Amino acid sequence: MTVSSKNHAYRKFKSLAMNVVCIACALLVILPLALILFYLIQKGASSLNWAFFTGLPKSAGSTGGGMGNAIVGTLELLLLASIIGVPVGVLGGVYLAEYGGERLNGWIRFWADVLNGVPSIVWGMVAWALIVVPMAAPFRGTIKSVNAAESSITVQSSAGDTQDFTVDSKTRLKFKGATQLSSLPVGADVVVWFERKGDGSTVTDSVSETGLWNLFTAKIIKLHNAFSGFSALAGGLALGFIMIPLVLRTTEEVLVLVPRSYREAALALGLAQWKTIVRIVLPTALRGIITGVLLAMGRVAGETAPLLFTAFGNSNWNHHLSEPIAALPLQIFSYAIAPYDDWNRQAWAGALVLVALTFLLSAGVRFFSRGRFQKNT
Amino acid sequence: MTPEESKTPAGNAEGTQAQAPGAETRPAAAPAARGIPALTIKNLSVFFGKHQVLKNVSFDIQARAVTAIIGPSGCGKSTFLRSLNRMHELVPEARMEGDIRLFGQDIYGKDVEPVIVRRRVGMVFQKSNPFPTMSIGDNVTVGLRLNGMRNRAVLTERTEQSLRMAALWDEVKDRLNAPAISLSGGQQQRLCIARALAVQPEVLLMDEPASALDPLATSKIEDLIRELKKDYTIVIVTHNMQQAARASDQTAFFYLGELVEFGTTSQIFTSPRQKRTEDYVTGRFG
Repeated sequence: MTVSSKNHAYRKFKSLAMNVVCIACALLVILPLALILFYLIQKGASSLNWAFFTGLPKSAGSTGGGMGNAIVGTLELLLLASIIGVPVGVLGGVYLAEYGGERLNGWIRFWADVLNGVPSIVWGMVAWALIVVPMAAPFRGTIKSVNAAESSITVQSSAGDTQDFTVDSKTRLKFKGATQLSSLPVGADVVVWFERKGDGSTVTDSVSETGLWNLFTAKIIKLHNAFSGFSALAGGLALGFIMIPLVLRTTEEVLVLVPRSYREAALALGLAQWKTIVRIVLPTALRGIITGVLLAMGRVAGETAPLLFTAFGNSNWNHHLSEPIAALPLQIFSYAIAPYDDWNRQAWAGALVLVALTFLLSAGVRFFSRGRFQKNT
Repeated sequence: MTPEESKTPAGNAEGTQAQAPGAETRPAAAPAARGIPALTIKNLSVFFGKHQVLKNVSFDIQARAVTAIIGPSGCGKSTFLRSLNRMHELVPEARMEGDIRLFGQDIYGKDVEPVIVRRRVGMVFQKSNPFPTMSIGDNVTVGLRLNGMRNRAVLTERTEQSLRMAALWDEVKDRLNAPAISLSGGQQQRLCIARALAVQPEVLLMDEPASALDPLATSKIEDLIRELKKDYTIVIVTHNMQQAARASDQTAFFYLGELVEFGTTSQIFTSPRQKRTEDYVTGRFG
């Protein structure tokens, strides 16, 4: 069989054409990244200065200030998320790789993959329901006295301490039959949702019957009231939830890659299984596990949605885990949509810092995934 | 354990084992004289799920001697070896019937921990598998350290002793802190032998220990096996008939999960009683 030169030229042309198409597609993949970097540097780099990294946001309209609190806040949230996500994810991955029956593990894997696909804002809602709502703790007790003239009620908790609440006209009374302050029955069990004012006084937001449902209905209406229950802890939990399935699956994958022969060698030395896992298998897979953790951290570092009603944002430094905390994505969001040029400018700079942070995490991934397993023979 | 059993050497060894695994009080090897069975296998059958891998195997493995297990692939050699230290239990759905006694003690007894059995019956695998995260020295002492041995002097002494027994000491004594994976394939396998010896087992199981090595490294391992049988009971699975003939005292020929013939190595190789044994050792099949 002979191959004509004409046919040969056609084949070469086809090969070249397909090569060009593939290269073009590959370039198309990294083009957005190049554009993003170009824009961020062009628009944001000029705003980067010492004050940006250390300062606090200035009040609306005035120029200057920085995102120091947001940068620290993001790092703090990442740390909190890791404290929650890494142990659960790693130990869960150990279970999947080393223990458990095929059936159960199949289900866990399936649900972990489903959780990986859950929109991040849903995780924010979960953390909100678990942490934000209970932390905006209402006052529970029985009505001791009603002072209609001063528009206040005195409530005594089961522990015995009493608290007075000013009831303003906006307060919702959700009580069987009672629509007026004066008709609140003394001695009835109540839940009082309240807000602390700057001067230390409290104003009730709603007075309702006790019950689980009220816990939710009362707070959903009350969401607009800032600073009630939003906390760094809630934000960290939301991000930690997102990390768990990611860390779980990568840990399982790298543990499965550890050759069976190491486990057998350790067991044949008379080591218990848990010791084999902790002292032999985990150290062998350590680089891979760290890679997975860094990848998960990179993923959650830029998350905005789950922080909206958990960490909430803060224009000041965060001093306590139970207080709202600033985060770069939140700060960028609020600055980007603000009508002030200086804030818009700083939003670009913040985005540049955030990209740099995720880039650093990716660089860490590259470093740790290099030579994950040394050659055995 | 009955009082009668506790008088056996194995009983004594088990007693010290229970106090402090791998402690210095343990004898270097079971004080068993040559000629006494170290392992007594009676009616052993092993199943993986519904598949029966070993069928009613019975024979005695002599102490301080080398017993070779030969047979074609898939005949159950490795499963047999692994049932001697309960390593086959790592396979889900593994099940055994019959009776295996180590110096008289039932290793499948109700209150016998597989972990303890494996400290007494060590194992070397086909592919050398030193732990990649550890140095040469740490690999040798890993079994002791992870079982609670803290005494530096004992660890140092045991390192040298084990490496000398594995004929590796002179090659690595100056670089005990080097990574184990920096050694050559043959050295790695001898390191694995040293690692198994360091916990001072009574029996050493070897699953084709030289099949991945070149002829020179293989002959070193064989010399080592001959040397080790002075102190240890060795059971070796091999595909290599010459190796079995050279290194072993007794040979068991397995075929399709059955023990076809068991006898002294010279008898198996020179005057086999069974036709199938003869066909196999003369290379007519397998």
